[in-house]
Amino acid sequence: MSEVVLDQVRKVYAGNVEAVRGVDITVPSGAFCVLVGPSGCGKSTLLRMIAGLETITSGDCRIAGGRVNELEPAERDIAMVFQNYALYPHMSVYDNMAYGLRNRRTPKDEIDARVKEAARILEITPFLERKPRQLSGGQRQRVAMGRAIVRKPKVFLFDEPLSNLDAKLRIQMRVEIKKLQRALGVTSVYVTHDQLEAMTLADTLVVMNKGLVEQAGAPLDLYEKPASTFVASFIGAPPMNLIPVEAAEAGPKVTGLTGGKGLPVPAGGAILGIRPEHLVVTTDALPEGAVGLSFPVTAVEAVGAETFVYGPLGGSGQDIIARLPGKALLEPGTPVSVAATRDHLHLFDKDSGKRIGA
Amino acid sequence: MEKRVVFDGKLLPYALLLPQLIITLVFFYWPAAQAVRQSFLIEDAFGTSSQFVWFENYAHLFTNPDYYRSMLTTAVFSILVTVFSLSLSLLLAVQADKQIKAAGAYKTFLMWPYAVAPAVAGVLWLFMFQPSLGLVSQAIRSLGFDWNPTLNGNHALSLVVMAATWKQISYNFLFFLAGLQSIPKSVIEAAAIDGARPARRFWTIIFPLLSPTTFFLLVVNIVYVFFDTFGIIDSVTGGGPAQATTTLVYKVFSDGRLGGDLGGSAAQSVVLMILVIGMTAIQFRYIERKVQY
Repeated sequence: MSEVVLDQVRKVYAGNVEAVRGVDITVPSGAFCVLVGPSGCGKSTLLRMIAGLETITSGDCRIAGGRVNELEPAERDIAMVFQNYALYPHMSVYDNMAYGLRNRRTPKDEIDARVKEAARILEITPFLERKPRQLSGGQRQRVAMGRAIVRKPKVFLFDEPLSNLDAKLRIQMRVEIKKLQRALGVTSVYVTHDQLEAMTLADTLVVMNKGLVEQAGAPLDLYEKPASTFVASFIGAPPMNLIPVEAAEAGPKVTGLTGGKGLPVPAGGAILGIRPEHLVVTTDALPEGAVGLSFPVTAVEAVGAETFVYGPLGGSGQDIIARLPGKALLEPGTPVSVAATRDHLHLFDKDSGKRIGA
Repeated sequence: MEKRVVFDGKLLPYALLLPQLIITLVFFYWPAAQAVRQSFLIEDAFGTSSQFVWFENYAHLFTNPDYYRSMLTTAVFSILVTVFSLSLSLLLAVQADKQIKAAGAYKTFLMWPYAVAPAVAGVLWLFMFQPSLGLVSQAIRSLGFDWNPTLNGNHALSLVVMAATWKQISYNFLFFLAGLQSIPKSVIEAAAIDGARPARRFWTIIFPLLSPTTFFLLVVNIVYVFFDTFGIIDSVTGGGPAQATTTLVYKVFSDGRLGGDLGGSAAQSVVLMILVIGMTAIQFRYIERKVQY
């Protein structure tokens, strides 16, 4: 059992800068929790507080049931993978991995067995005698992972470990990290600003904004029911179309928009959210509750499997993105009509951005 | 593909190198050559004529027990100053590197001694430790210790060691601090998570990563104690008492300038030059191999 619990955790830096403003997160034992958000949202600070590299201003951090606020990083039984790997440049790969075990006075033959086992899992056995500078970025990443797993800690902490790798390697390492975590069953907290990485790795996804948790839950729940416009635009790529609409008798009202009858738009107006992938080209009559959008096409991006179509709603309003399957035969300048069904529509409060209804 | 800019003509490169070459020639090779020439000559008492004597000056030098004594003094002096100035400045830099209040002021104060001229520094220490007037002397004497650097050779030597160390600490401190700040913070944090206590972190991570800086400072400090401490010795003790603080470079000055033995003093400076070149070469050859770059 190695559950990680954050209870009303706050971090205030000198000069009253509040980086983390009361965060509650529970990561069940063995789960993979991803903290995601834009830079400056407090996600890295939060991770460093779990690691013990930053002090906790108020609130509790508990690992495996015990409060760890006052413990040194070494006493928390955690391992961390840093963004720049933080390998010891003057030590061989072997010594890099053995260092933590030697500090804990592990018997020599056990160190040897554990390092070799980790090297085998991570396929870095041929490099054990090399220095970090003789390795490629991907190999260094593996050594950093190896240094974490030889210790058999209660918790793994990852601080944007893949952001220094190229795109292809990043996808490969992402899959490997997930596999490794599953196999070892170690509770993990992972920080990233990449929403795709977050969606694919997480059991629990926590979206953070300005030091607060915007929404936490299973990745697909966040995708399907974003709690706010912030989550709606952060999760999913390209981001959700957010259209300010006014309330009218027949439903939402804005130039270029049709249908949407029965949609509970409050009297003062609201923000209507539709994901680009839920828009389909249609010329037929709209089904009950569905919304139609028409706009002149201004740009078309064909990437093979799908096509992104851009244009201003109603010819002058907000820019709309539609993600159409295959090669959509559209030319810039031609008008297009797209529609989304009732269950793909999201309503958010005009001022607070919070979700309206279920 | 050739990416460098290539200038036509053969004259420009030489023209660009010329100022540096002239400086080196005029201020190093010419005096050095003069010293070598002079070391083979003996001048008469009035400096009007000189006689070529081959290696007589050197032979004389190496049969003089005073010269060996001066070598021993230099060895003791240079080892003490180098060890003290390096270790103390490293300690100060490690403290300054921590996040402390008023770190900026602390660093500024530590750098000041470097801006003090050696002779002025010497006079400062002389005043503080002067047996009858010096404040520190009075304190030492009140503890029942008979402090007198004007009569006791060991006291005099420890005084110049202190002054020379104090003077060099600022310089070493600056380089150590820069070296410490270039070590990525995450490496230290990784070591902390890996269970290394601060002392162990220092000796297994920070000290090895500082080794290029330490090596550079070792070379610079040895050259410093051999040559640049002249001003301090001259103003504090004048080489005395009874030549207890006469280092090799001070002996060159006192024999040549004060004693009027130009040939003998030139021979000494040639020996000193060969000694320092040799030591620097040895340092690069043997110690540099152990340095982690």
